[in-house]
Amino acid sequence: MEKVLTRNIGSDLQPTDLKAYEANGGYQGLRKALAELSPKDCLDVISAANLRGRGGAGFPTGMKWSFVPMGDKCTPGHKYLVCNADEMEPGAFKDRLLMECDPHQLIEGMILSAYTIDADISYIFIRGEYVVAIQRLRDALAECYAAGYLGDNILGSGFSLNMYLHPSAGRYICGEETALINALEGKRANPRAKPPFPQVSGLWGRPTIVNNVETLCNIAHIIDRGAEWFKTLGVGEDSGTKMFGVSGRVKNPGCWELPMGTPIRHILEDRAGGMQDGLELKGFLPGGGSTDFLTPDHLDLAMDYNVIGKAGSRMGTGTMIILDDQTCPVGMVLNLIRFFAHESCGFCTPCRDGLPWTRQVLEDIESGRGRAEDLDTLAYQVSYIGAMGNTHCALAPGAMEPLQSALKYFRDDFDRHISGGSCPYHSHTRQGA
Amino acid sequence: MIDAQMIQTDVSSALSPEELSEIDGELAHVPYKSGAAIDALKIVQAKRGWISDQSLQAIAKYLDMSAEELEGIATFYNLIYRRPVGKKVILFCDSVSCWICGCDGIKQKLTDVLGVDYGETTQDDAYTLIPVPCLGACDRAPVMMVGDDLHTHLDEAKIDALFSDKNKKAGGNS
Repeated sequence: MEKVLTRNIGSDLQPTDLKAYEANGGYQGLRKALAELSPKDCLDVISAANLRGRGGAGFPTGMKWSFVPMGDKCTPGHKYLVCNADEMEPGAFKDRLLMECDPHQLIEGMILSAYTIDADISYIFIRGEYVVAIQRLRDALAECYAAGYLGDNILGSGFSLNMYLHPSAGRYICGEETALINALEGKRANPRAKPPFPQVSGLWGRPTIVNNVETLCNIAHIIDRGAEWFKTLGVGEDSGTKMFGVSGRVKNPGCWELPMGTPIRHILEDRAGGMQDGLELKGFLPGGGSTDFLTPDHLDLAMDYNVIGKAGSRMGTGTMIILDDQTCPVGMVLNLIRFFAHESCGFCTPCRDGLPWTRQVLEDIESGRGRAEDLDTLAYQVSYIGAMGNTHCALAPGAMEPLQSALKYFRDDFDRHISGGSCPYHSHTRQGA
Repeated sequence: MIDAQMIQTDVSSALSPEELSEIDGELAHVPYKSGAAIDALKIVQAKRGWISDQSLQAIAKYLDMSAEELEGIATFYNLIYRRPVGKKVILFCDSVSCWICGCDGIKQKLTDVLGVDYGETTQDDAYTLIPVPCLGACDRAPVMMVGDDLHTHLDEAKIDALFSDKNKKAGGNS
């Protein structure tokens, strides 16, 4: 298949500098748009391409952008384009690769996105631990200013854009777009109530678009080569290619660019090499730590947003976490809940107090202190904390997804912990004991 | 947390000219001063390793914020340190993929070698050990960062090799 997002990424994982990026067609999409296309033309192409957000929610990018007030419908002042590079979802490691190895692809996509919504200021909000990506993006931004791709009157078009890098001070909730905006404003990263949506009132109260790294990396290619070309890349319902990843105890964990709609079996068996010797596949989270478990029965499903949704999970980030038959499912869910409880911003009660309660119940079960009625408690917590509308944002409902599906698929394991008074898996150090 | 005696913090004696100049650089592109709060905390922390009460007071004063508001921000973020840390901070990933790949055993080994648990600093001030949310290197699990360096595919031998000087010291002292 044709490599799009990874075409400049070699096996040595070295960064692509401006010269190498331009030599492989880089900044052609930008030149074309500034010379021939209006912002409306660009929006139409992105909408027609059916690009969906790669950060986890899968919201159509063109539709998201279409809510930004344009021209005389917008009050005078700045508009902002923000790249969400705060990759902190447990099990997600795709944006790191894109930023470390091809920073210009992201920057070109951001300039084009800013042009489309008429933004004059843009930020890359990147997690502070990504020190290599931060340095490489910093170098790439300097190259862009020197070459006239950023700053005033870009390539003589009259369009001006400044781009800043903002390394985060670190909290998972910063990945939620309104929390990210609060963090950019120097505040605690509590999510905001919606509406108003950021497209209308975001950073500093001005129209703001927040998109994931991988989403933005697609933009220049779509503008350069067209919506129809982009649609042909997918092999299922969705358009384009996708960064898919596999982690856990497989032979060859990694991250690969594959067509949208690639069957899970191909990713797991042909790319990740299948399970390590002596281990069987028990289940997997298809799109990071806040997605529902699927099982070996689902291996022939296509990795498309709707297909995975109909199976009861979410494609999320597209980075799968594999549960093998010698790792405790209760322990795995406990690890995830512990993460989400720690990363709760503390703003609303069901999340701030509910997640530690869930953690406590799971710690009891994992360490052999569980009681039969604990399973009813967990079911209640799933139904209450997991319901969108009971919480201020999607963090706690997301945290409940692996738990609710573990209760469905691995109920026996929970029962064995309780009836046996200990964790039946001895391959790992037990948590919470 | 905040010492009442330091309410009258003198900004220019608490913050260096370099720090103030870098904070000014951030103020240039925010519409109001408190917008640079996180950047200012990071600038000062980069020079001093952590944010003392005195630094916090001075930054708050410089940004026209209350110390309490800035404290709420400083304590919210994982990578702003309100206590002294060692020369290098070890960010140990204990999230799901690293856990599946056996990070609990590595953590135990690390604690044995360094003689510290989460939140603690080694006696020689060389290292502070803290857990970190998923480091985004799950294909190379288990992983951790020591200072700015990412260490991947961790096993006990790698921990021994990384901290071989510590091993000897621990043996000698105990």
